[in-house]
Amino acid sequence: MKKLTGAQIMIESLLAEGVDTIFGYPGGAILPTYDALMTSPALRHILVRHEQGAAHMAEGYARVSGRPGVVLVTSGPGATNTVTGIADAYMDSTPLVVVTGQVSTNMIGNDAFQEADVIGITRPCTKHNYLIRDVHDIARVVKEAFYIAGSGRPGPVLIDFPKDVQTAQAPFKYPEKVEIRGYKPTLKGNDRQIEKALEAIESAERPLFYVGGGVQWSDASAPLTELVHGLKIPITTTVMALGVYPSSDPLCLGMLGMHGGYWTNMAVYHCDTLIAIGARFDDRVTGRVSDFAPNVKTIIHVDIDPSSISKNIKVHIPIVGDIKEVVQAMLKRVKSQESLAPRQQIWAEWHKQIMQWKAEKPLPYEKSGPEGEVKPRELLEEVYNLTKGEAIIATDVGQHQMWTAQMLPFNRPRSFLTSGGLGTMGYGLPAGIGAYFAAPDRQVVVISGDGSIQMNIQELATAVQYQVPVKVIILNNYHLGMVRQWQEKFYDGRYSHSYMDAMPNFVKLAEAYGARGFRIEKAKDLAATLREAFVTPGPVLVDAVIPQSEGVFPMVPAGNAMHEMLFA
Amino acid sequence: MRHTISIVVENEFGVLARVSGLFSGRGFNIKSLSVAETLDPSISRITLVTDGDDQIVEQITKQLNKLVCVIKVVDFQEAAHVEREMALIKVAADERTRSEVLNIVDIFRGKVIDVDLRSYVIEVTGDEEKINALLNLLKPLGIKEIVRTGKVAMHRGMQVLSASAGRAETVELKGKTQKEKAA
Repeated sequence: MKKLTGAQIMIESLLAEGVDTIFGYPGGAILPTYDALMTSPALRHILVRHEQGAAHMAEGYARVSGRPGVVLVTSGPGATNTVTGIADAYMDSTPLVVVTGQVSTNMIGNDAFQEADVIGITRPCTKHNYLIRDVHDIARVVKEAFYIAGSGRPGPVLIDFPKDVQTAQAPFKYPEKVEIRGYKPTLKGNDRQIEKALEAIESAERPLFYVGGGVQWSDASAPLTELVHGLKIPITTTVMALGVYPSSDPLCLGMLGMHGGYWTNMAVYHCDTLIAIGARFDDRVTGRVSDFAPNVKTIIHVDIDPSSISKNIKVHIPIVGDIKEVVQAMLKRVKSQESLAPRQQIWAEWHKQIMQWKAEKPLPYEKSGPEGEVKPRELLEEVYNLTKGEAIIATDVGQHQMWTAQMLPFNRPRSFLTSGGLGTMGYGLPAGIGAYFAAPDRQVVVISGDGSIQMNIQELATAVQYQVPVKVIILNNYHLGMVRQWQEKFYDGRYSHSYMDAMPNFVKLAEAYGARGFRIEKAKDLAATLREAFVTPGPVLVDAVIPQSEGVFPMVPAGNAMHEMLFA
Repeated sequence: MRHTISIVVENEFGVLARVSGLFSGRGFNIKSLSVAETLDPSISRITLVTDGDDQIVEQITKQLNKLVCVIKVVDFQEAAHVEREMALIKVAADERTRSEVLNIVDIFRGKVIDVDLRSYVIEVTGDEEKINALLNLLKPLGIKEIVRTGKVAMHRGMQVLSASAGRAETVELKGKTQKEKAA
């Protein structure tokens, strides 16, 4: 059998996994692999400007395509720069395969140039990681890495790839099967538990679905929508699951939690049966744990990760399994519409009560005067109209993120990309670029803030190099708005270091990168400028000035119970 | 509540770091720890003592099970089992106290494995309480140094903890109930 170098085996293995795009940045310890990459035109390499950008791009790619995103970087600083992105992917269960160059095996541990203990550094923020010491292990490790990253509860897997292993030679045969005795995710839900769950649902008076990002990863949006819509039970989603159930359906209550709607959090407060699916009872969702859903009699929790179950909130009917399989099993067994009809009358009353709460305290919405600055919600509405709600929206982290999550309707899954668990500023632009490579036919809009955008603004150059038609909209209030809001509410208005005195001219900055820049200072210019920005080809950056004091409400202060909300 | 947990793991580099890192990263306690290869050289067995309420220990076993390098986890709390640890105790022993030390050591079925003019090194195995009791008796005589292994534990009777499925039915059943409970 013909022998290949380790570098070639790596490339061939990636191709065997069906990888078409990788995000990376070359450097000394990964040069043999970059050399092999040059003769593999089937593998498109996107050259980023900072390795963190590569990791977030791979995340955006993964979330839109459903397949693991792939990152290729060098040792030491190249690898450590990816760590924030890896930790982000770990928190939001995003499948990544990150290949990092490493110094030669005989140098490991010697404090060699650009050496870092990447396995040690990434151990707590990867689903698994590998140091390849033998060229014969490469194909098996890559096979296992993709399997682990993409199956069960997805997550990032890192492969540390020493330089001498890249140049060593071995025959190449890609394994057909994976056999890992310590890793066997449970896919099929327990039948008895599923029956018990349905019994609980069918006898509930105030049932509520609470679904999270797991629904998206399991591709369970369609069966879930069928189940919820057929039952006619209201549903709230976490920030990670916006779009898995169409926002346009009246049963959809939008996001719950710290910045959830009043009506949604009231629904959680008053429900008697909570059906949690692919969600993990994060503290931003539960608020003070002891007062979470105090009227609930039964909590059902479907999740592929047993450790998510009863971690924060004790549940009554746990079902470990793949969400799609479990929801399909539920669909098969759920009672007929006729026999559900009496129950559904009770549920309709319950839904009416929730709508009543919504009418009492809807999301704050205020139009700006024509000479005033644009109100964020008005801006988002305009974005929605211009994109007909069809765009992929990526956000950074902060006020703009929460306004977007509260306000924008999403009618299909894999359309809203945001850093939910880790809350990584600088996520949005690269994630949006990665999303484009996964779905080049879809419009991609990045909603960012003046703080967040500056954390990975260098990726504008990547967008320009590959002419990625991403539209970046900065909601610019000249402050770290969410920090400012917390300081206003909880630190007596002591605005410690949340004001940025030297704000760049974003229009000129965009142009310096070779992108187009626009600025919106007055509300009256909003529609025309945005329209022009959206018809401009290639990457576009829009700097929209919003009022400084605008807050995100309602808000549940950290440590409060979910019904203890602030409205202004 | 103290729990003794056995973890069957891949015998490969970094596994102990993954297990101990999980404990430190999630704020769980390790009271004692012992690791060694099993009959199958590709597998190691970790015995670990931790404490926490039921919910914490349930989280610990679930999190351990999530590690790719972990093949099986058993919490001995629910099973008939034996546990032992060993201690080496260096105790002052001159002509005045030597016989008294020997008497005590005899009662505990310990062994003197090193002698010099002023000290003994004593080897003793047993459960934690036995070793504590011996230490308490020797303390007034002048303990110079002690070293204790972590605890090791094993099911009583025919029940076997092994990595391969099918070889020990009881274990498989146990594993299942564990999983269902975890579920």
